[in-house]
Amino acid sequence: MSSLFRSEEMCLVQLFFQTESAHNCISELGHLGLVQFKDLNPSATAFQRRFVKEVKKCEEMERILSKKVFSTFEKLEQELREINRNHATLRQNLIELMDIDSLLRMTEDFFEEVLEINFSFFSFNFIILPPSEDSVFVAGVIKQERFPAFEKVLWRLFHGNFVLRHAEIQATEELQARGAVKKDVFIIFVQGDHVREKIRKVCEGFRASLYSCPKTLYERKQMSNSVMTQMEDLRMILRRTEEYRAGVLTRAAEHVQEWGSKVKKMKAIYYTLNLCNIDITQKLIVAEIWCPVSDLAVVQNALIKGSEQSGSSVTPVLNRIQTQQTPPTFNRTNTFTEGFQAIIDAYGVGTYQEINPAPCTIVTFPFLFAVMFGDCGHGLVMTLFAVWVISQAESLRKWKNEVTDVVIGGRYIILLMGMFSIYTGLIYNDCFSKSFNIFGSSWCVRPMFHPHGPWQNETLHEYHHLQLNPSVPGVYSGDPYVFGIDPVWNIASNKLSFLNSFKMKMSVILGVSHMLFGVTLSLVNFVHFRKFQDIFLQFVPQLIFMLSLFGYLIFLILYKWCITLRSETAPSILLLFINMMLFDYQSEHVLLYGGQKGLQIFLVLTAVLMVPVLLLVKPFLIYRTRMKTRHQVSRAEKDNVICFLLQVSMGDIFVYQAIHTVEFCLGCISNTASYLRLWALSLAHAELSEVLWRMVLQVGLKISSGMGSLMLVVLFAAFAVLTVTILLVMEGLSAFLHALRLHWVEFQNKFYEGSGYKFTPLSFDSLLKTQQ
Amino acid sequence: MPSLLFCGPKLAACGIVLSTWGVIMLSMLGIFFSAKSAVLIEDVPFTEEDIREDKNPPQNIYGLYNQVGINCFIAAAIYVGVGAVSLCQVRLNKRQEYMVT
Repeated sequence: MSSLFRSEEMCLVQLFFQTESAHNCISELGHLGLVQFKDLNPSATAFQRRFVKEVKKCEEMERILSKKVFSTFEKLEQELREINRNHATLRQNLIELMDIDSLLRMTEDFFEEVLEINFSFFSFNFIILPPSEDSVFVAGVIKQERFPAFEKVLWRLFHGNFVLRHAEIQATEELQARGAVKKDVFIIFVQGDHVREKIRKVCEGFRASLYSCPKTLYERKQMSNSVMTQMEDLRMILRRTEEYRAGVLTRAAEHVQEWGSKVKKMKAIYYTLNLCNIDITQKLIVAEIWCPVSDLAVVQNALIKGSEQSGSSVTPVLNRIQTQQTPPTFNRTNTFTEGFQAIIDAYGVGTYQEINPAPCTIVTFPFLFAVMFGDCGHGLVMTLFAVWVISQAESLRKWKNEVTDVVIGGRYIILLMGMFSIYTGLIYNDCFSKSFNIFGSSWCVRPMFHPHGPWQNETLHEYHHLQLNPSVPGVYSGDPYVFGIDPVWNIASNKLSFLNSFKMKMSVILGVSHMLFGVTLSLVNFVHFRKFQDIFLQFVPQLIFMLSLFGYLIFLILYKWCITLRSETAPSILLLFINMMLFDYQSEHVLLYGGQKGLQIFLVLTAVLMVPVLLLVKPFLIYRTRMKTRHQVSRAEKDNVICFLLQVSMGDIFVYQAIHTVEFCLGCISNTASYLRLWALSLAHAELSEVLWRMVLQVGLKISSGMGSLMLVVLFAAFAVLTVTILLVMEGLSAFLHALRLHWVEFQNKFYEGSGYKFTPLSFDSLLKTQQ
Repeated sequence: MPSLLFCGPKLAACGIVLSTWGVIMLSMLGIFFSAKSAVLIEDVPFTEEDIREDKNPPQNIYGLYNQVGINCFIAAAIYVGVGAVSLCQVRLNKRQEYMVT
């Protein structure tokens, strides 16, 4: 239970395991991620270490792996080129076959046409083409753009004694996908045998491909069928080739990833082995690890598993040893608390077993942020954004941008900041700079008019600003608004006078409470470390000092809020406080309550008395203890002990105590004033929000004609973009930074030492994550 | 038919977010204007004459409130349209992504 609020108890453990099982054992520990290996050879340089060769080998392997990636890539490239070449030839064949197929289909029509012409004109002797064995026909395919020139050449050659028919090949989708050009089928009928050579030469010149076309219908049908089957086969082969290619590529990619992580793990293991000691017999490895006490059993099991895997008969030995060295600080976190622990550790890692401010920060940090951000509309947008990031966290990690990494790491912080902002937005009654009137305002205007109050109809015409007077009965109902600021203040012109006073006092109350909480945490630390003397020498005087001055200030604020005063004669709290410190009590000064003078003098004197207590008592006690031990020791004649005791001189102790006292006392005042940034940022945010509404959205709302809705559409888009960039991002970052500073400086300097070092276990998960 | 895609995936996603926000916020504004909320008095475009020359107070101001409210509702309806267009763009983008891979 205590480990939630302070770092875990760590123990130093000696491990003995056999050299053969070293690799497996360390691998198991790496997977566990719970132990930190101590460097047992701190004086050895990097080159003198035992396993330096192996580490070098691993680095070589990493380089080779990247080279191997290249060589595998080269091999892949060759394979791919071959595959591509085959693919291209196959495709060419397919296209040819498709051409033949279209040719065969079209020649059917030609032959019919020719027979028709012959029969119809045979009697007129027009066409010189009797269907005899003499007639020659040539069929082929030519690119469409070359066809007109082809036709002209043929005319010149045969002086028109030929019949030429052509048709465009229908460009099917498949052909287009495989990148074929537009082609035409042509067929030439000529007489005479010797002309075949001439035609062939012409066709060669025009790069037309000729195909032998059988004369009879039956043969043509057969050829068509065989072409069809060939095309089907080719298509199947092409598909298989493409699948094979894709498979080869994906398998190679997987392998590279695997090899990379294996090499990284090996390098880590050899690096760890470098930190260990090998005993003389070269058979045993001695390692010293820091390990959380509660995890000792888990570590032992992992070691046993590792040694079993390597097949060695001897189980590793764990030996817990006592040590004077400071263990590392280990705070166990889960995904939710990780972010908060990170922002605390960013300023300073806690001293071993010191109280951990992170659990308290989970609440106080978003709350202080929200006090400065306080707008429920903006808070709602922020919460929804955080919910979206949380749900998409894994897929967003792939973007690998620095900004997105930060946002993903802090997604739970943003969620809490948004939720708390909705709460403070409801208290400030501020939603995009407008207030909600949920419970009914406590102020009423009607009773100000005649006959209850002083106003007449003419009053409205004469004056631009009118003031509601709460002493007129009925104006103020007597019960304040149920939750938050009354919505009437949103339309009041002196809104800021009221809100400034309210927010300043609230900031002081929150600040002093936060600091008192910090001082109380120092008490917890003293109890844990058994420094009971410090409780009376440090904690009690500090508490009395703070309470008597700033606790009294809070009392004054709360008291003035609770009593009824006439605003013309009410004393200012700031002036009261200043006069209290200066012991300035003149008769015309108004006091809040009877006996105030006496109480204030008593409190100031108490506070002033605490300063010498803080400054002098502790060094004096240390001096007295030293004198006593010196007397005792000189009898026992142990000189080195005296030297050890007098290591830190009295001068140093006094100076340290003086610094600490001055820092605390003056710091109280400056830190309290520092908390006023809660008011300042909240005011800035509210004003920015109002300006944005008035300058952007109100322009669209005030147009009452039909165009108003279109203007509203455009202006709303501008309003949304500006809200997100200025109010959410800029103000959000600003409030985040200031809330963080308040925690780091004003809160933590009351109790936090922060001089520890972080526990960095050997963990393959984090290693591989950083690699990615 | 020419591709209907005219914006990338990010712009379409922004469009969806903006339209959702616009629809919700503008319709709520419309409701609050129709309910004659006093907090929104400064957003209503009234002039001195509206108050002085009112035969039947405060109906003039109420009428203006209603007008602004209707404007808000129309704007919300336009944002519904913008949202639908953005949704189509997102779907087309996803389909194109599948086709390329």
